[in-house]
Amino acid sequence: MIPLKDVVQTLLGEESIKESWQYIIVNYRIPKAIVAILVGAGLGVSGLLMQTLFRNPLAGPYVLGLSSGASLGVAIVILGASLFGGILGQFLVTKWSLIIASSGGSFLVLLAVIIVSSRVKDTMAILIIGLMFASVTAALVSVLSYFSTAEELQRYIFWSFGSLGNLTWDELTILFVAFIIGIGLTIYSIKSLNVLLLGDNYAQSLGLNIKKHRFVLILATSILAGSITAFVGPIAFVGLAVPHLTKLFFDTSNHRVLVPAVILSGSILLLLCDSISQLPMSEFTLPINAVTSLFGAPVVIWLLVRKKKLFV
Amino acid sequence: MNDSKKHIVLKTESLSIGYQTKKDKTVVAENINFELGKGELIGLIGANGIGKSTLLKTITKSQKSLGGTIYVNGKSLDKVSNMTLAKEMSVVLTENVSQTNLSVYELIALGRQPYTNWIGTLSSEDELKTTAAIEAIQITDLMHKKCFELSDGQLQKVMLARALAQDTDIIVLDEPTTHLDLYHKVSVLKLLQKLAKETQKTILFSTHEINVTLSLCDKVIVMKEAVTHFGSPQQLIEEKAFDDLFPEDLVVFDSKTSSFQIK
Repeated sequence: MIPLKDVVQTLLGEESIKESWQYIIVNYRIPKAIVAILVGAGLGVSGLLMQTLFRNPLAGPYVLGLSSGASLGVAIVILGASLFGGILGQFLVTKWSLIIASSGGSFLVLLAVIIVSSRVKDTMAILIIGLMFASVTAALVSVLSYFSTAEELQRYIFWSFGSLGNLTWDELTILFVAFIIGIGLTIYSIKSLNVLLLGDNYAQSLGLNIKKHRFVLILATSILAGSITAFVGPIAFVGLAVPHLTKLFFDTSNHRVLVPAVILSGSILLLLCDSISQLPMSEFTLPINAVTSLFGAPVVIWLLVRKKKLFV
Repeated sequence: MNDSKKHIVLKTESLSIGYQTKKDKTVVAENINFELGKGELIGLIGANGIGKSTLLKTITKSQKSLGGTIYVNGKSLDKVSNMTLAKEMSVVLTENVSQTNLSVYELIALGRQPYTNWIGTLSSEDELKTTAAIEAIQITDLMHKKCFELSDGQLQKVMLARALAQDTDIIVLDEPTTHLDLYHKVSVLKLLQKLAKETQKTILFSTHEINVTLSLCDKVIVMKEAVTHFGSPQQLIEEKAFDDLFPEDLVVFDSKTSSFQIK
């Protein structure tokens, strides 16, 4: 354990007593905390956007198939490595190739969703198509895992646990830029989000260009969810739970309140989950994916049982 | 006559409506002609499935027409952008909005969207118009309630207030009286009549309440399979427009009471 005093000293830029502690704080703990904030806020917002766009409290980045697309990309890289063999196989399993593969995977699913959404007018249909994408990719992943070695399977499973650590400052910068673009598009959409609560027909009668705004919203979601999944793995649950927790606590559907509130509560929730996953006083670190679900799900269930109604 | 030469707000010329796919075209109704003047209350009557909703969707530009022209304040609907149309025509639809956790005030204020800035901040004029709409519909007591707490009748009034806050020349309502009991049906339609008179808005609604419609409306559009009639209630009764509205085996129109009687 690093004493609190040394942590504060390092944060204030003073020389710490031990260089290794300073290294841990600057290059591991601070980036991890920032990643937790970006991931919690980003996934929360992308879930909020999907729930409003589809007017469905069950929607989230998972449902659109974005996370599945990312998983498929990574599965192909890790589990398919032995198929490519030799030097190419060695190259494929570097860290950057994972990031490229998962970004590519979510981006391809995004493209498919956008093409579909330009042809299909019904948002419900897009939701179902997203679910179909998810099942297809899940099936492909299980086929791949059936043919892969135990070692490869382990690597894939570790990625799918999700991890907020392991990001260098350079990678963090890329994630941050993607986050800012996604949040920027969201803020631009606040007005249309509120009117989309009334459904497509009302929104159009209020002068909204539905196709354009739907495209912007799907783009924002994909950028947020895609980049986050690429860097930290598929973090379940946050995208669905954070918007609901926020809606219950703030008791409104007004996006002028909800967007900043979701950013705030998403960051707090993931920082909390990260602290829990560190298991204070022990040297183990739990997978973040397990922690978010284990601690988040009961909270949401409790809140829903108490309030009895789920809002879009 | 000079006073019949009122300002025409909404007009159709040999309009035909229906659905078009790549392969074929389903015509629901054709040769629809009407002229709706300022401050008029117009009822749209027809049997189930005859195309009332299709007509309203075509007029409100959420569906393309198959032919003919629609004029809104003298401009062809095709040439009017969604944003411009939003300032000239508001709608009340049958869609359910009670799934949202907005307050009644917030929902009504959404009617000001076409006028607000990029992030939707209400100006003092927007707030004034919102409050005025709430007062006109007399739902001040509901203002701070949540939408999901309202009864069907209250929700219908709130949606009407939202349309009113949008401050348009035309309000189009799709079956505003379904799900309501007789008392609330009449009260909603009476309210529409009062609004048309006092605010000089043109209000067009579809309904199955033939009796009430004939006694309250200035003009009536009657959709039948072969032909679409348009005129004042008296005119249409004289033209016997209602006699074959429904298949004649169960109900017949009685022109004395201007209502349908069961055989």
